[in-house]
Amino acid sequence: MAAPEPEPEVQRQRIGIPAESTPGETRVAATPATVGRLAELGYHVIVEPGAGEASRFSDAAYEEAGASLGDPWSAPVVLKVNGPSGEEIGRLRDGATLIALIGPALHPELVEELARRPITVLAMDAVPRISRAQSLDVLSSMANIAGYRAVVEAAHAFGRFFTGQVTAAGKVPPARVLVAGAGVAGLAAIGAARSLGAVVRATDPRPEVAEQVRSLGGEFLEVRPEQPGQPASTEREVSTDGYAKATSDDYNRAAARLYAEQAADVDIIITTALVPGRPAPKLITAEDVARMKPGSVIVDMAAAQGGNVEGTVAGKAVVTGNDVTIIGYTDLPGRLPAQASQLYGTNLVNLMKLLTPGKDGRLVLDFDDVVQRSMTVVRAGEKTWPPPPVQVSAAATPAGAPEPATPPGPPAGPTRSARSDYALVGAGALALFLVTAFSPHELIGHFLVFVLSIVVGFYVIGKVHHALHTPLMSVTNAISGIVVVGALLQIGHANTAVTVLSFAAILLASINIFGGFAVTRRMLGMFSKG
Amino acid sequence: MTTTTAAQAAYVVASLLFILSLAGLSQHRTSRSGVVWGIAGMVIALAATIGLASRSITATGLVLIAVATAVGAGIGLWRARVVEMTGMPELIAVMHSFVGLAAALVGWNGYLDVDAELTGSLLRIHHAEVFLGVFIGAVTFTGSVVAYLKLSARIKSRPLMLPGRHALNLGALAAFAVLTVAFVARPHMGLLIAVTVLALALGAHLVASIGGGDMPVVVSMLNSYSGWAAAASGFLLANNLLIVTGALVGSSGAYLSYIMCKAMNRSFLSVIAGGFGGQPVTSGDDRDHGEHQEISAEDTAELLREASSVIITPGYGMAVAQAQYPVAELARGLRDRGIEVRFGIHPVAGRLPGHMNVLLAEANVPYDIVLDMDEINDDFAATSVVLVIGANDTVNPAATDDPASPIAGMPVLHVWEAAHVVVFKRSMAVGYAGVQNPLFFRENSRMLFGDAKQRVESILSSLDATDAPAVAMVGTAN
Repeated sequence: MAAPEPEPEVQRQRIGIPAESTPGETRVAATPATVGRLAELGYHVIVEPGAGEASRFSDAAYEEAGASLGDPWSAPVVLKVNGPSGEEIGRLRDGATLIALIGPALHPELVEELARRPITVLAMDAVPRISRAQSLDVLSSMANIAGYRAVVEAAHAFGRFFTGQVTAAGKVPPARVLVAGAGVAGLAAIGAARSLGAVVRATDPRPEVAEQVRSLGGEFLEVRPEQPGQPASTEREVSTDGYAKATSDDYNRAAARLYAEQAADVDIIITTALVPGRPAPKLITAEDVARMKPGSVIVDMAAAQGGNVEGTVAGKAVVTGNDVTIIGYTDLPGRLPAQASQLYGTNLVNLMKLLTPGKDGRLVLDFDDVVQRSMTVVRAGEKTWPPPPVQVSAAATPAGAPEPATPPGPPAGPTRSARSDYALVGAGALALFLVTAFSPHELIGHFLVFVLSIVVGFYVIGKVHHALHTPLMSVTNAISGIVVVGALLQIGHANTAVTVLSFAAILLASINIFGGFAVTRRMLGMFSKG
Repeated sequence: MTTTTAAQAAYVVASLLFILSLAGLSQHRTSRSGVVWGIAGMVIALAATIGLASRSITATGLVLIAVATAVGAGIGLWRARVVEMTGMPELIAVMHSFVGLAAALVGWNGYLDVDAELTGSLLRIHHAEVFLGVFIGAVTFTGSVVAYLKLSARIKSRPLMLPGRHALNLGALAAFAVLTVAFVARPHMGLLIAVTVLALALGAHLVASIGGGDMPVVVSMLNSYSGWAAAASGFLLANNLLIVTGALVGSSGAYLSYIMCKAMNRSFLSVIAGGFGGQPVTSGDDRDHGEHQEISAEDTAELLREASSVIITPGYGMAVAQAQYPVAELARGLRDRGIEVRFGIHPVAGRLPGHMNVLLAEANVPYDIVLDMDEINDDFAATSVVLVIGANDTVNPAATDDPASPIAGMPVLHVWEAAHVVVFKRSMAVGYAGVQNPLFFRENSRMLFGDAKQRVESILSSLDATDAPAVAMVGTAN
């Protein structure tokens, strides 16, 4: 399965870590910590001198972790943050494997260029969103950092506290923050803003994220499209690939109303809405911005894709006429370089673990593995992008997803199950009727008592708390010792055998009665509320 | 008011008190009064019965009653006081066997001492009732004895797989029907002995062919049988109190069995038919799950100190290792540090319904932090660390992810959604269902091998040891 023939050499394969050439890039593909973990997989890491400088990792720290300094491009495996420049592509050796953020959907020309070389390229930003691949998902790990940093930037530009306080110098109301889009970045922003003390609200077209928003202490604002005769739920967006989708017109109108309302009320807006393969949707109009209070801050995390906010300038913070700061930085993760490098480096280590099943420093690419297949954009000089689609496992669960084959579900229609219920109850009633009708009348009274007691038993037990199952059993043990009544009525009559048997039965049942009640009391005595 | 009507009235009151007792047992708040109602009902019922019996009984009989009751009470109270909470399943099983045996003996008495007034169809019905009572009682007796032996590890808990075991069970039922018809037509002690032996064998075989992990179902099923046995005695003696009580216990046991089966996503019939988990199920086992990663007790302590919320999911392994006390102490220690600690209990964790709750209660864990699977399953995603202590199949993600898995569809605790999972385990052996657990190979899972009790204790000591210098560095976990 190995695409580029793995090197026959027995010594450890080398991994090159170049310094990033993209202007303004502060991250690096390996940190001293991840170098050690790559070494555990059997690799030897070569770091370009100065590669970690912008992330505050010194060359000495890399060497201490076991890496050597040298030319990373000579290594058969090169780990990078950004996609390579034309010059860098030329420096890769034949048969090499390059792993970086390629952005194959946005940069098809880069993929074409890479495919002209006999190399293999894996795109870290093409990891399918399935739970098994979460540990490789660099988009999530970077979005997490970006969401946090967005709040920090907002707090920096905002001239007030986030938290509400009552002080001797007067009362400070808490800042109100609106987060548009509750993906990984949005959730990170919600969490960060909450922990600074702000009141946080969030919107998202996917209703299933409401719970996650609430779990972080945010308030979920649901967009309710007004459509008479059609319940709002039909408008809900169910995602099949783990990303939010483009939304319908009705939804957009309702959302626009919501944003207009909120803009006048909140102090901070953080927008995170991205649709894969398309420009970012415009959520906040110029009128909305004009409605905001002076001093308010907007952080547009989608600035690189055109922005969610009218007036965003990618890479810059601009101040509008009414003193609203719109921050359009596109390098939010890079503003926490040490953290971003650490998480990205760990994503890479996890990928290398997947690619190095033998832990022997030999990279093996398995095209049957959907994760590896999806990430590979070029294999040995052959373009393999786009990959076949992957269904996200988690997406099958939300109700309403069109899933034709669902055998383990409840029986088909409600009418059919109701009909079989009727049939069952009918048959039971008939059987009961026949049995009772053919019994002598002495038995009928007992039968009635018996049947009613069963029903009572079911209803009484139906509500029992799970934690009390054991005490319940021991008390029923004690109560079923009532069989002693039978033996009590039989003992002491003429027949010796009967008396002996009764004696034994009384003894056994007494053990149950006394033991059962006593052990139940003992158990219940232990249950205490904290 | 005659003695008879007084006794009947007492029986009505006692029946209602028993219903109140079971109803009270369904909530923590009312559970203690529930026991009081049960005791009151029992006292009233016994007083009325002895009053009724004393009219015709000899003095020797009264003495015998007193002696039997005193001996039984002594044994019962002694066992109740000394039993370990980990041994509750055994105690419950053995008590089921007592009810079964007592009901069988009452049935035999019904044959030996036939009321002379019975004639015609009533006599035939009486004989059928004798047969039914002896049959159910004997099945309950040997079934419970085998369950007891399995639970106390005196015999192997592996299911006994006789060839044609379904045919054997069905054949025994058919033979019972034939014997009943024969006995009703011409009562004969040989037939009664035959049915007793048949029922004893059937009970033993039924439970022997069910594996150890299905024991929660088996125990609640035997609870149900013991109720039906008492109800059968009630029909035999035309005693409504016995019928009511037996039916209550029978239906409550049946309902508990149903809950347990639902928690394992299995049908009642498949549990009763037995044989599950005998041979290792091969499906999915050849798959490469990757490598598991180990963690030390010290690193676990580190992980816990950094956590904001912790969920502990215990299983049978915690009971086996007697680890509930150190676990409870760990929970207390973490709560004192301001970390939210809760327990997540799967309905079939342990060998008895509610077994884990009793063990944790014994170790003084407050019941309001011990939550059911349904109550806690949504919270795992927001949890820092999950400690899986001696549980395996109940935390297996294959049940939700892998439709080919033998346990597919079984509701499980979604522990893997937490940031970190630490699995306490003796070895990498598969669980009761014989299914490999992909949880162990997840990126966020770490294995902590060894005896659960010792491991938890060493976590406790390293938590305490490193408490003073609060400048611990965040470990890289592996």
